[in-house]
Amino acid sequence: MLLFVAAMGKAQDQSGSSPGKVAIPAEGKKVYEQICQACHMADAKGSGSAGGIPALANNPRLADPKYPITMLQKGRGGMPWFTDLLTPAQMAAVVTYVRSHFNNYPDPVTEADVKKLATKPPVSEGCECTE
Amino acid sequence: MAEITSPSRRALLTMIGKVGGTAAMYQAMTALAHAADSRFTGPPALGGARQGASVLVLGAGLAGMVAAYELTKAGYKVQILEYQNRPGGRNYSVRGGDKVVEIDGTTQNCGFAPGNYLNPGPWRIPHHHRTLLHYCKQFGVELEPFIQLNHNSFVHNSNAFGGKPQRYKELAVDFKGHVAELLGKALNAGALDQKVTKEDKEKLLEAMREWGVLDKDMAYSSNLKASDQRGFARAPGGGVEGVPLPSTVNGLVDVLSSHIWTQLNFFDSNVMQTTMFQPKGGMDMIGKGFARQVGKMIRYNTKVTRIAQDETGVTANWTDTATGGTGEAKADWCVCTIPLPVLSQLDVQIGAPLKAAIKAVPYGGQVKMGLEFRRRFWEEDDHIYGGHSFTDQAIGLISYPNHNYFGDGPAVLLGAFANDAGAYQLTGMTPAQRIEAALTQGAVFHPAQYRKEFMNGVSFPWSRIPWIMGCTSRWTDQSRATHYQNLVAMDGRFVLAGEHASYYGGWMEGSLLSGLDAITRLHQKALAA
Repeated sequence: MLLFVAAMGKAQDQSGSSPGKVAIPAEGKKVYEQICQACHMADAKGSGSAGGIPALANNPRLADPKYPITMLQKGRGGMPWFTDLLTPAQMAAVVTYVRSHFNNYPDPVTEADVKKLATKPPVSEGCECTE
Repeated sequence: MAEITSPSRRALLTMIGKVGGTAAMYQAMTALAHAADSRFTGPPALGGARQGASVLVLGAGLAGMVAAYELTKAGYKVQILEYQNRPGGRNYSVRGGDKVVEIDGTTQNCGFAPGNYLNPGPWRIPHHHRTLLHYCKQFGVELEPFIQLNHNSFVHNSNAFGGKPQRYKELAVDFKGHVAELLGKALNAGALDQKVTKEDKEKLLEAMREWGVLDKDMAYSSNLKASDQRGFARAPGGGVEGVPLPSTVNGLVDVLSSHIWTQLNFFDSNVMQTTMFQPKGGMDMIGKGFARQVGKMIRYNTKVTRIAQDETGVTANWTDTATGGTGEAKADWCVCTIPLPVLSQLDVQIGAPLKAAIKAVPYGGQVKMGLEFRRRFWEEDDHIYGGHSFTDQAIGLISYPNHNYFGDGPAVLLGAFANDAGAYQLTGMTPAQRIEAALTQGAVFHPAQYRKEFMNGVSFPWSRIPWIMGCTSRWTDQSRATHYQNLVAMDGRFVLAGEHASYYGGWMEGSLLSGLDAITRLHQKALAA
């Protein structure tokens, strides 16, 4: 599925480039590497000095898959929501990967699990369109 | 009979301001077709502070420093605690010899030649950001034009023209021409006869012919008229071979696939319109200008660890990151500009509504990169002087330097301004991988020169910058409705300021307007206390 994120009309500074063809892969490992790793780091151990970015590795909060799913859908603190970048299938894939690869929770999370918890996604100011 | 004179506009506005306050004055000014583009009507006239009253400012970015400057003018005793070893916050420039240290300790050493720089944060100033322009003038920060719209730069879309970049002017004129031709056809077919009068139909047809550079048959075609706007196959010359030859226009399908309307719209947006400015020598000249005024009040390398308040004042505990020493700073009031991703993890004695608001605003993570090249091939070979070449790849764009045109020796261009998915992708890489990606992606614009002339580069991944862990606040309609007023409201003796506490997120203007608003309310409360 091709995902467009057009950030038109936002007051914030932006590149002005055309709607991204920056394709995000379907595979959970790849989603982690191309999205999550930016903040949670390659080893999922987080990092921090002034504040800190939480570790996803060996994190007992991930025992309940609802927790990471909700974080992806709503964001919290410094972490934004990812409803405008990731599909439910990609969310399921990456949650499955993080829970099984960096933790010992091997039970897979499905797209249906994600959709079940779907709430009205946050809408960035201006028109942030997802198609 | 006495002649009744109408009051001058200024006198009228002053009168309205006195009676109705700033909001009424602003409304009146707008009604008088004045100042609609800015809330700034001059620095606040705070008047005398109470004898000995003090304010602790946390953060020496623009919001903190403008607060400190104006509070000091009003008579407050001000101290600023700053986590970094320099003033300015996100108002910053990276130069040769500087280090960029990421959250995991990854360190880049910038190797730029003297005079070259990357502005990793703010980099362009709209002409209507009058608060910022006011302080630049006041503090002697020299500004120069920032080339925003360059008709000769490139637009690249992976799915258009076989991935070959096109000149902006060609796509923009072609888009306009095809739209005009289609509207002309619709008009001539009578498709709009129910919508427009016969007279207006004639005017519209004339408009489409002129605006769309259409030929006598109302077609957009390859001729000298279109070439006058989109450029020629052979430019006009002198003497025997002087006659120009027309360029070939692109077909509608190709033009549509380029999404060129994204850039047309971009340049139309209020904050992107020309004229734009940049400080001569680097964006951090602004932070340094403020620091010339308030630098003596700043304690650097000072990490705030805890903020407490009671009915008499505010106390901040800190650790000196250079010496490891600890201490506390006390004042009657506190203006806190610490970025929310950091502040949300601090122990702060505030009420639940403000706490919730601080946790409700995530930050976007952008990436900028500076690439240094041996020569200005974009000028010498491609005749591009400033402006941006856009791409739908992760880097978003490359942007050409706006100073030292025609210069010899190394020059730095902006090799990436990535947002959203592209920013996450680049941030997750090592510095070397980022540069490699920027070279691969940017080479679509200048394939023969990009790698050949490359010398060195530096990347600034905002999500991994330890003192902020993000670039700018991201609000939604929902979070504004639930949390914005709580975020900006004074909580006892404590008030927030910064771009996150404004509707001008991510712009220096927002930081300054927020800082001025916060201290205006603080001062009122201090006088009433």
